[in-house]
Amino acid sequence: MTIQTPLGRASLRRRNFLVSAAAVAGGFSLGMRLPVGDGPAHAAQVKELNAWVVIHPDDKVVIRIARSEMGQGTLTGLCQLVAEELECDWKNVTWEYPTPGENLKRNRVWKNFSTGGSRGIRESQQYVREGGAMARQMLIAAAAADWKVPASECTASNSVISHPSGKKTTFGAVAAAAAQLEPPKEVKLKDPKGWKIAGKPVNRLDTVDKVTGKQIYGIDLTLPGMLVATVRACPVIGGKLKSFDAGRVEKMPGVKKVFAIDGNAVIVVADTYWNARTALAALPTEWDVGKLGEVQTETINAMLKEGLTATEAFVGNKVGDARTAIDGAAKKVEATYSFPYQHHVTMEPMNATARYTPEQCEVWCGTQNGEAAMAAASEASGLPVAQCDVHKLLLGGGFGRRGRADYVRQAVLAAKQLPGTPVKLIWSREEDMTHCQYHPTTMCKLTGGLDAQGNLVGLHMRISGQSILASLLPQNLQNGMDPVMFQGLAASGVEAAYGYTVPNLLIDHAMRNPHITAGFWRGVNTNQNAVYMESFMDELAEAAGQDPLAFRLKILKPKWADVLKAAADKAGYGKPLPAGHFHGIAQVMGYGSYVAGVAEVSVSADGMLKIHKITAATNCGHVVNPAQIERQVAGSFAYGLSAALYGEITVKDGAVEQTNFDSYNMLRIDEMPKVETVLVPTHDFWGGVGEPTIAVAAPAVLNAIAKATGKRVRNLPLMHHELKKGA
Amino acid sequence: MAVLNVNGKSMNFTADPRTPLLWVLREQLGLTGTKYGCGIAQCGSCTVLIDGVATRSCQVPLNSVGNRKVMTIEALAASGTLTKLQEAWVKLDVPQCGYCQSGMVMAATALLAAKPQPTDADIDAAMTNICRCGTYQQVREAIHAAAKA
Ligand code: FES
Ligand code: FES
Repeated sequence: MTIQTPLGRASLRRRNFLVSAAAVAGGFSLGMRLPVGDGPAHAAQVKELNAWVVIHPDDKVVIRIARSEMGQGTLTGLCQLVAEELECDWKNVTWEYPTPGENLKRNRVWKNFSTGGSRGIRESQQYVREGGAMARQMLIAAAAADWKVPASECTASNSVISHPSGKKTTFGAVAAAAAQLEPPKEVKLKDPKGWKIAGKPVNRLDTVDKVTGKQIYGIDLTLPGMLVATVRACPVIGGKLKSFDAGRVEKMPGVKKVFAIDGNAVIVVADTYWNARTALAALPTEWDVGKLGEVQTETINAMLKEGLTATEAFVGNKVGDARTAIDGAAKKVEATYSFPYQHHVTMEPMNATARYTPEQCEVWCGTQNGEAAMAAASEASGLPVAQCDVHKLLLGGGFGRRGRADYVRQAVLAAKQLPGTPVKLIWSREEDMTHCQYHPTTMCKLTGGLDAQGNLVGLHMRISGQSILASLLPQNLQNGMDPVMFQGLAASGVEAAYGYTVPNLLIDHAMRNPHITAGFWRGVNTNQNAVYMESFMDELAEAAGQDPLAFRLKILKPKWADVLKAAADKAGYGKPLPAGHFHGIAQVMGYGSYVAGVAEVSVSADGMLKIHKITAATNCGHVVNPAQIERQVAGSFAYGLSAALYGEITVKDGAVEQTNFDSYNMLRIDEMPKVETVLVPTHDFWGGVGEPTIAVAAPAVLNAIAKATGKRVRNLPLMHHELKKGA
Repeated sequence: MAVLNVNGKSMNFTADPRTPLLWVLREQLGLTGTKYGCGIAQCGSCTVLIDGVATRSCQVPLNSVGNRKVMTIEALAASGTLTKLQEAWVKLDVPQCGYCQSGMVMAATALLAAKPQPTDADIDAAMTNICRCGTYQQVREAIHAAAKA
């Protein structure tokens, strides 16, 4: 075989493809600009049918996707929805990303680029399906005009248009004529019951390149004349750079430039990453961390602990008078829980490539929000947004981390030092581990009152700890309150409502914000809220002398109860298990969906935990791709159980202590339980899939451990707990 | 000038002899299918075969490779056809984000070469690569499927 150079054709497949789309779109340049000078031979003039659909004369269908693909399958799901309405042959479907710059130029025709909150499909399904349906109608109208028959007599299926007279033509044959037509004002979308492509477990569109090593992620990009940079920011988030001695490393092999950015970081630019990294390791730096250098995990915990009993707190959900009801209850139950900082750990460390000239700033990167990345490029370059653009690449993991554009800013600042030269900035894993926006840390005190019959008459949940909005989006706070804190606990709504009916309920939040940046971490606040609420439900059930499932089902609203029952039924809850095996359950509503999990675990005499099996139920309303949902659910358990077992970021002298996978462990294949997914869609709403299930992973396992050992683990991660009987 | 035998070819290039093989493959030879995940032999993203043995290339200095044969993910389907293992991977739609998958496929290739009919315990022992997306269940299924194919 021939060795592919970074500019070889094979490795450029995706980019050539995007460039072909640029050419076909005519009049504007869509997708990536070609980093090398050879455009593809087949770049014919093909006009789009609309923003979502381009059809080539050979019947190839190009579907444009604005949301980012990071493994969650949104790309394939959205293509299925467009293809369904378009009535094209699924085999003909390919895809491309429009750039946020083109979106801006075209009056945001592709709408929202942001990919987070499990919103990719549920928030764009309506308009992408309409795009597909409109394109189909235009294709039919073009064929009908050619045949001089009414369009209403023609039908489309599998990329073929037919008329009862026997006339037939293909999409490719009429696409050019159809593109000249006015788009229809109105379209009628199909009833999902009649779906043929959507709703089916079709394979992903992006698999083969990922199995052959050809997929180009941001970290793999090579541009002509490109240099490679790496960065070290102040180890204490919020600290400053005091001094650095560039002279000590400037003569090292390959080094091109050494400089500071933003007063808090140093960057080395070299010919290769390895040379940049080697020089950066040798670069003497001094930091000014001030009082932040006194912050420890212990001081943060003390701050949170104080909030558990503070008089002032934001009220997120209130029914009746919880305090009075608990005071007058026959039995009172109380417990305090905690949840540590955690790191996203995308497999691909943060990176971005930027090229700056006084006229233009371009960025190539994996991002969960192309428009935010473009805004960051504008701010860092000092150029108006209209002179910036971002070329998105597939992400080697997002999990919320790549919604923030800090690494894009740094790459642009580096490129600005070398106008005209593309600079790829790569974070080391150590930089990545220590400069995240972490899953926030909180504590929680729960107090419940039971009457003589064991009914829950009052419940107070006090959360104390860090707000993500205060950290990242303070403008979104509502009179100081962070409503996102109450995910899964909200009084009402279609996003994240509390499922239990409790006659006297108070859920409140004492906001305590340490200096560590907090951010959106797959599942976000449902994660700790479900640990707190679902663990405590088991504690209440035990105090009431009732089975945890029966105790819940008495007070759960129908949709929440149904999904929990589905999981329990499938798992055989209540039926005999192998000796030493125990079931634990948990449920939550998050991201518009209802989910539940049953964990089957055993704990050996010497305290070894084994998670044998997970049974998970999901009601996400409409199902776009059941195979991908199953993978998201299983993946959610890998992610949630990694966090429950090992996930803990600690702070010493103001800095994050964990630096790499040797100090921040995660679950591997030998610890991965078999996950069985049960889909129980009710087909009456659109819910998210990528995130909600994570929240039930930890509490289901914790509840099963409590059954197995009699020990209630209230502080994560599990690795700190001795599960041996009697220990 | 350094020389390496990579994917059946003798490759000449310049690099510091202490450079990890991972970065030589990625930067000097343009073989970006081999990924950087941790740099400390923990995650397996950088797995290549050296004389057929699955090896974490981030911890292999260039000057320790000698004339041993290095094989990367790019060599597997070099003839244009996927290997049996890759076929199983595609059929079962294993990758999510895909970033760990080159390493997974290389580790599994070595496993099947050593143990054509691996048990679950063999898979647990050989496949210590990290996947943050959680493709483990499909990885296991794909290895069993390839063994049967
Ligand atoms: S990069 Fe080599 S094992 Fe992680
Ligand atoms: S597929 Fe994303 S890390 Fe494995």
